[in-house]
Order: sequence, then structure tokens, then C-alpha cells
Amino acid sequence: MTTWLDGLLILMVLTGFLLLGSSRLAESIRMVAMQGLALGFLPILLHSDEIGIRLILLSLGSMALKGLLFPRLLLRAAREARIKREIEPFVGFTMSLLTGIAIIWISFWLSSRLPLTESIRSTLIVPGALFMTLTGFFLIVSRKIAISQVLGYLVMENGVFVFGVAMAKDQPWLIELGVLLDVFVAVFVMGITIFHINREFDHIDSDRLANLKDSDS
Amino acid sequence: MILFLIAVAIWVSTGISALVFSRRYAVSSWIGAGGAILGCLLALHSALQAILGNLLQSFQFPWSLPFGSFYLKMDPLSGWFLLPILGLSIMAALFGTEYMAAWRDRPSAGGSWFFFNILIASMSLVVVARDGVLFLLAWEIMSLSSFFLVTFEHQKKFVRDAGWNYLVATHAGTACLLALFVLMAKSTGSFSFDAWLEKGVSPFSSIVLFLLAVVGFGTKAGFVPLHIWLPEAHPAAPSHVSALMSGVMIKTGIYGLVRLLSFSEVPPEWGCWILIGIGASSGILGVLFALAQHDLKRLLAYHSIENIGIISLGLGVGYLGLSIHSPGLAILGFSGGLLHVLNHALFKGLLFMGAGSLLHGTGTLDIEHLGGVIKKMPWTGSTFLIGAAAIAGLPPMNGFISEFLIYLGALKGIGTLHGSPLVFLIIAATSLTLIGGLALACFAKAFGVIFLGSPRSKHGHDAHESGWGMRLPMISLAAGCAAVGLMAPLAFLILRPVLTMVCRIEALAAQEIFTQTSMTLFFVVLTVLGFLGLAGFLWGLRRWLLSGKTIHESVTWDCGYDAPSPRMQYTGSSFAQPLTSLFKSILRTQRKISPPSGFFPIHASFFTSAPDVFVRTIIRPFYHAVRFGFSKMKWFQHGRVNAYILYIGLTLLILLIWNLR
Repeated sequence: MTTWLDGLLILMVLTGFLLLGSSRLAESIRMVAMQGLALGFLPILLHSDEIGIRLILLSLGSMALKGLLFPRLLLRAAREARIKREIEPFVGFTMSLLTGIAIIWISFWLSSRLPLTESIRSTLIVPGALFMTLTGFFLIVSRKIAISQVLGYLVMENGVFVFGVAMAKDQPWLIELGVLLDVFVAVFVMGITIFHINREFDHIDSDRLANLKDSDS
Repeated sequence: MILFLIAVAIWVSTGISALVFSRRYAVSSWIGAGGAILGCLLALHSALQAILGNLLQSFQFPWSLPFGSFYLKMDPLSGWFLLPILGLSIMAALFGTEYMAAWRDRPSAGGSWFFFNILIASMSLVVVARDGVLFLLAWEIMSLSSFFLVTFEHQKKFVRDAGWNYLVATHAGTACLLALFVLMAKSTGSFSFDAWLEKGVSPFSSIVLFLLAVVGFGTKAGFVPLHIWLPEAHPAAPSHVSALMSGVMIKTGIYGLVRLLSFSEVPPEWGCWILIGIGASSGILGVLFALAQHDLKRLLAYHSIENIGIISLGLGVGYLGLSIHSPGLAILGFSGGLLHVLNHALFKGLLFMGAGSLLHGTGTLDIEHLGGVIKKMPWTGSTFLIGAAAIAGLPPMNGFISEFLIYLGALKGIGTLHGSPLVFLIIAATSLTLIGGLALACFAKAFGVIFLGSPRSKHGHDAHESGWGMRLPMISLAAGCAAVGLMAPLAFLILRPVLTMVCRIEALAAQEIFTQTSMTLFFVVLTVLGFLGLAGFLWGLRRWLLSGKTIHESVTWDCGYDAPSPRMQYTGSSFAQPLTSLFKSILRTQRKISPPSGFFPIHASFFTSAPDVFVRTIIRPFYHAVRFGFSKMKWFQHGRVNAYILYIGLTLLILLIWNLR
């Protein structure tokens, strides 16, 4: 079981790196979709001894949302806004990859210091979760196009999800469902907003929103 | 206590109702002022119970905010400060209904009652709050509601500037208080005043705490050089608001200081020296700057600074008495200082309302444009005269009594003490004398130039008396000034529970001092009454001698000049000139003179202004330095959302790493 688990985690970390290094939006969205699908298997693998209807529903729900619905929504938004790639991020792609390495390093160091319970199944799970959270955060900060920022948000949320699933053995599934609903609404709203902002302003560079602020006086 | 809580509920609810009906001025002013008065009457009952019945009432309510609790307690000290707050609020509410009617077309006029009632509620909460967090909360609400009242006429630039000035000053003060409270809570482990009292932790415990308290409370009270907001904010605010702010709101600064200082058993001598020094400098500088002003409300604002100085002198003498274990000195000093809190509320409220009535009746507050107003506005004039006599410390008015008590204390100490306490008592007594003399000169100028003589411009000619809504509060306050003055022994005895609490002495132990002092006051009042009788007799004699003779008006002796005009009267500046030139090294009055030239001069002008020296020499350089420092941080504050998120994330990450280190 641990092999599968580690494999999944490594897959997620690798998708994270791809996200950091790729400029093409469609590819990035597919990466996030893959991450979402991989995430769906995680609760089943982690709690394989107590598989119940609840767990399966949660997995399926999360896979359907993160693996299918969100990517479709985002792809549609990208298509409508007629944007294919992130052209000029605040931080370049090479620099982003280097940052990713730094994040890996920080994640492993942090997880070695965090006081954790015994129930953690794999040594990779906490660093993986931290890596995804921090990478998502970095994507939000460093990318200009709103869709990339939404992707960053999703990756960050995935990281939190992994952490939650790993830490809490009997996490009330109501909370998980609540989190899923939150993410759903957030992505939905962002998708619509992106569409509308695009229609109004002909571009979705969040950078240019700064023009709306008061001028320095 | 339950009545007090009901009063707070009434203030808040009527305030909100006034806001709802702000489109209709008549409705909102009736609701707002009515609620204010009703609440004050209820709370007054509670306050009087605390002072006269010596009844401790407390109320504790758990709340979900972090730190602290909703803990109120009414003791004689709270009650004593509530007395002027509630009394003056009633008068200001009455006055305000008619005064604000001039702006009835604006919805903000109705809405201002919301802030007015919130201000009353927050001031009352400040003096009964017994928890540091609750105190700061009420303090902050008080500052903000008064800020909105000050900026009522925000269409005018000088009002916006004054409001801004006030906001910055008051928050600078609150920042110090926050630091003070956190430090005190840290050394006791609690924000509760009871815990501080139990552990004996007060600002007297260390010089840092003391300076924080003096700066924090002093900014609100108006200690020089932290007074800079007063001369700006009072002229900008509507008159009943300036009356309330100057009369009682700045006293919450004094209250805070006394409350926190009362936690210590025996105050150190240096603290008393600082208090006396602050009192002397605030008092003298305040009255000096007042002398040089032309704008009546600005002049009154500087007098508030002077009176805060007098109160602080009284407190300094009182604490000196405590620190050298001389209960007599302590009782006299505190009674003077605390009685002056009430007295100042009475006469300064009256004077600011008089200024409001003048503005209402003449349209200007520039004293150089007025003159002879008493003939057109007899009620305003005569009540203003009473207020002026009271603030100048003339018997038989109340200002005389409180200053007399401080003198009595200082002189008593001077006779028996030696060493450094003696030096500071001499400083206190002499500076009080100087303040009294200068205040008298200043009000001789203000009253004489405004109300006597003949009108200097059309403002004076077109003056008309205000209605009863404005007259009644002024008459009541004038009556209050006279009543406290003529019933001084009674006022002193009412103050007794407050004094025994602040001085921490047994009521019986100081019996002798109390009886002695009230006897002295009784003889003072008898003498004063004798003089009043004599004056009345002389007035009657004059009337009798003049009866049957015709009285006619004619010009004063005019050196043979053919066409004297009202412009040839003494102006305010010329009246004050001997004194202002005596102190010109401090005042630095700026003159703009274009003297007459040639044999037939056509143009000549003379203009003086006395901008605040402390703004120029201390406050402005300080704020320029602060602004320069902050402008260096502008690259940090550029408006890019991505980077702000980065700041937050990095901070959290660094904190996490720091914690796991």
C-alpha cells in the first residue's frame, strides 16, 4: 500500500513542478485535473482498513469536482477569454522551478520539525502536502493571469486536503464536504468573474486592475 | 447600576432612531435630545447614589471578546466625574436643539444627534469601566464620535483640517494608552482594574509607565505641548459640541490619570513634581496664548488648556501630600483639583454656549468685529459675564472656590514643609497667582471688547438675542456657577467620599481637616456675601442719587477730534498689547504692519496673529520627521495585490519556521 501511496504523492509533486514550469494554460489545467484525480484515491489508500460508503462517496465527489468539473469550467473560461498562455509572469519559469526546489527543501525541513502523531502512514505525505500548499501559494503570487491564479488556489487547496486526510483519522465528512463546497463555489465565482472581467476590459491581467486604485497624491 | 445600564440603552437606541429619522430634523432632534436628557437623568440618579450614599454598585457581564470583561463599577470617583458629564450633556442637548436648527435642511444635522448620544454614552462608560480593554473600547468610541461631531461642517476646509488634526492627536494618545495598559496587564496578569489595585501597580511604578500615562491621557486632556488639537477642533465644532468636549470630554483624560494613579499606595515625589510642572506650564502658557487670540472660541479653547493646568496643579499638590504623608495637604490639593473639574465644566460649558449664542446672533466670533452686544443680547451678555467671572477665579463664583482650596493647600504646606516639596509648592502657588491674573486680564478683554462699547461692524449692529432653548441652558449653568460658589462648604462636604477614596484615608482620621476647611470656606462665603451686600448697597445708593436726574449719552472725551467713530475704540489686540509684548519671547506674535505714510495717508493696516508656537517648534518638525520616515516605506505599499498576498504568506511561513526552529 505504501508504495502506491508514495507513488501518488510523487505524482502530485511532479505535477506541481510541471505547473511551475509551464506557460501553456490548457496543459496546466490538465495537470491540476490529474492532481485532483490522484487526490481522490488518497483517502481510500490511507484508510484502506475502514472503507465505507462514506469514504467512497467522498473520494468520488472530490474526483468528480476536481478532476472533471473544475477543469472543464476553467478550460471554457480560457477559451471564452481567448487566452492560451501565461506570457509574462511576475516570476520567470526558470526562476519558478528553482523556487519549487527551494519549496521542496523547506517542506522536508518543516515536516522533520513538526510535532506529528504516529498515525501518519508515509514519510512523504506531510512534505508532499506542504509542498503543494506552498507551491499553490507561490503560483497565486507569481502569476498574472487570473486563471493561473485560480489554478494556484486549487493546488493550495489540494495540499490542505492531503494534509487533512493524512492527519485526521476520523475527520467528520461533513467538514470535508463543506470544504469541497467552498472550493466549488470559489472556482465557480472566479470562473464567472474572469469571464465578465474579460468581457468588460478585454483582458484578464490582474496586474492591470491596479490601474483602478487611487493615484498617489 | 441598573438605571445606568438603562440610560446607556436609551442613549444608544435614541441615537440610532435619530439617525433613522435624519431626513426630518424636528423629529430626529426631539428624539435625539430627548433621549440624551432622559438617559442623563436616569444615570444621574445612579451617580448621586454613588457619591452621596457612598454606595458601591458593580455589574459584570461575560463577553466573547478576547481579554477583559464587561465590568462596570460605580464608586464615588466615577460618580464625581459622571456628575459634570451628565449635567452638561443635558444642557448641551437643550442648547443643541435650537442651535442646530440653523442647519435643519441638511440630513447630517439630524444624524449628528446619533454621534452626540453615542458620545455621552461612551464618556459615561469610560468613567465606570473597570476593565482595561473595555475602558480603551469606550475611549476609542468617545474619540471617534467626537471626531464626527467636530467635522459636522465638513464642507469647510478648516473644519476638515481640524478634524484630521484631532483624529491624529487622539490616536497618538490612544497608542500610548494601549502600550501602558498592555504593560500594566503584563505585570499583573489581568486587565481588571481590581487586580491592578490589589497588586498596587500604577503609572507611578516606573517612569516609563508614568510618561506613557501622561502622554496618553494628556493628549486628550490638553497638556502643553500635546494640546495642539484643542485650539483647532473647538472653533470647528458646533458650539454645544465644543461645550461638551471642552467642558467634560477632556476631563476623561484627568479621570484616567487619577484612576490609574490611585492604584498606588504611596506615590513617589518625582511624579508629583512632574504633575506640578505640567500644571504650571499648561496653565501659564494656555492663558498666555488665549490673551493673543481674536477668535472667541479659540480663546476659550486655550482657556481649557489653562484650566486643565489648574486641575493638574491641584492633583500635583494632592499627590505631594500623599507622598510626604500629609493628609491635610492631600485633601486640600485633591479637593481643589477635583472641584475644579466640576467648576470648569459649568463655566466653560456656559462660555462656549455663550459663544454659540453670539455666533447665532451676530454671525461672527471675531472679537474685533463685535462690540456693544450686551445691549442687543442681554441674556447672553450677563450669563457670559458670570462665566467670565467664574473662569477668572473671582469670588463669589465657583472658580474662586476651587482655586482657593489649592492656594490653601499650597500655603499650608509652605508654612510647615522644607526642602524640595516646599520649592514645588511655591511654584504651584505662584504660577496659580500668575494664571489667575492673566485669566482676569484675558476675560476683561473678551467681555469688554465683545459686549461693551459700541458695535465695530455691522455684525454688532445686527445682533439679536437667542431663543429660550439657548437661553435656558446658559441661565442654568450661570446659576450653577453661582450656587457652587455660594454653597462652597456644602460642595466640599459632598466631595468628601471622593476625597477619602482617592487619599485612602479613614473618614474619621481626617475629621479635623474636613471641619476646619469647611469652616474656612464658610467664612469665605460670609465675607463674599458681605461684599456682595456692600456692592448692592452702593448700587442702590447710586440709583437713589441719580433718581430724578436725566441721563443722556454723549461721546467720550475725544481730544478735540471732530468725528470719533466706533473704530477708534480699544480693540482686543490693543487691550492685550501690554501683556502680550511682555511675553513676546514666548508668544512670538506675528505682526503685519503697513504704517501710514505721507501727510495724507490713505492706506494703513495692522494685523497680528499668534499661531501656536508648539505646533511650529515641536509638533510639526516631529510629524515631518515621521512622514519622511514613512515615505521611505512607500515602495512597500504600492498597491499590487499579488505582492500583498506574498507579504502575508511569507510572514506566516517565517513565523512557522521561527516557531519550529
